[in-house]
Amino acid sequence: MSGALAAVVRRDILLALRRRSDVATTLFFFVIVASLFPLGVGPEPAMLRTLAPGVLWVAALLACMLSLTRLFAADYADGTLEQMVLAPQSLTLLVLGKVFAHWLVAGLPVVLLAPVLGLQYAMPNEALLVLALSLLLGTPALSLVGAIGAALTLGVRGSGLLVALLVLPLYVPVLIFGAGAVAASQSGLSAEAYLSLLGACSLLALALAPWATAVALRIAVE
Amino acid sequence: MLGINWFKYSSPPMFYPLAGRMIPWFYTLAAMFAVAGLYISFAVAPTDFQQGEAYRIIFVHVPAAWMSMFIYLVMAAWAGFGLALNARLSAMMAQALAPTGALFTLLALITGSLWGKPMWGAWWVWDARLTSELILLFLYIGFIALQAAIDDPRRADRAGALLALVGAVNVPIIYFSVRWWNTLHQGASISMTSAPKMAVTMLTGMLLMALAFWMYSIAVALVRVRCIILERERRSDWVKELPEVRR
Repeated sequence: MSGALAAVVRRDILLALRRRSDVATTLFFFVIVASLFPLGVGPEPAMLRTLAPGVLWVAALLACMLSLTRLFAADYADGTLEQMVLAPQSLTLLVLGKVFAHWLVAGLPVVLLAPVLGLQYAMPNEALLVLALSLLLGTPALSLVGAIGAALTLGVRGSGLLVALLVLPLYVPVLIFGAGAVAASQSGLSAEAYLSLLGACSLLALALAPWATAVALRIAVE
Repeated sequence: MLGINWFKYSSPPMFYPLAGRMIPWFYTLAAMFAVAGLYISFAVAPTDFQQGEAYRIIFVHVPAAWMSMFIYLVMAAWAGFGLALNARLSAMMAQALAPTGALFTLLALITGSLWGKPMWGAWWVWDARLTSELILLFLYIGFIALQAAIDDPRRADRAGALLALVGAVNVPIIYFSVRWWNTLHQGASISMTSAPKMAVTMLTGMLLMALAFWMYSIAVALVRVRCIILERERRSDWVKELPEVRR
């Protein structure tokens, strides 16, 4: 069983590395959105520092969401997804492998890049650390829940925007807790409660989302 | 129960005439409850000591909010039945309930704004309940949009059902996270009327209006499900022979 999981993860990472531009585009989108906000609201450091948690989290959320369509589309188009659905291995496990690979190439770079962007927003150092930690705990939930949306809209016209409409309301708790953690640490309060709840969201998503995604894939493929 | 095989009504040609017979009854009940509720809300309920007469909009706002949440759960339940039992009619019922639920959510948001302006001086406040209602509206719209975007009706049914169930699981999480966000970020003292000891007349008025909205929702959902049945079953013989189709 773990052989199938490892194989799926390895395959997806290999495919992502062959199309490095896809990965890079997501990352650059994150950077550009985070750079647009100061241009819109003005360069005053105090205001930017207040806005930073929300803006960086929303930018990370949007970047993650944009990369979701890539998750199943290529496999659906060439028939690999059908083979995965028919495979004797549990589809839930194969989905978990794909989502993990997706998180490694879409979520993890965002986690690593966010503190650098936080410097543009004049954030203090502990806030940068909490930002990275909150994204580390929150982006798995974003990938997992987003996978459900991606699976539901496979092959549907206008699926890019439709995924956004379906998935953003479900992202709201993660956004609230993530941005709240960073904001709390910036005001000197403890971010522990927020980070714990973020971890809980991710664990709940880990437990339930792959199964829901597998059901959605069966609906889409048959 | 009573020796009737109730499951026969899960077939569209059996359910269509039954729904047609039930609709006038539910409209009548809705009208009766609405008259009683509006009478109590305008004539019987006392003037509020803090808010004057403007508070009376809660007799529409609170029942609409209750219905918006209740209809979401009922919609998710029907969608779940359709998914689990592979029943077309259950999925059609979920599809029929969605627009009514969305409209009640919109009504709750708009009446909330109309209440908020005299109370708090602002058309919109990021109060926990209003924000959760807004997200509920997005969940409804997502459900409607997903079903509209998928061409194959059975696939649309199943995909929508999964979305409704995932949303139903998420609604408590969203509500509590928004409530926490709101209590921690509360700026000016915006306190919703806590009044758990509401005057009995006010509570009765709200309950009657809630019943009115409930009967209305059932009636409207039955009308809509009949339309959906006609659309989806239009190629079958029994539809072609209906008097309303033949003319």
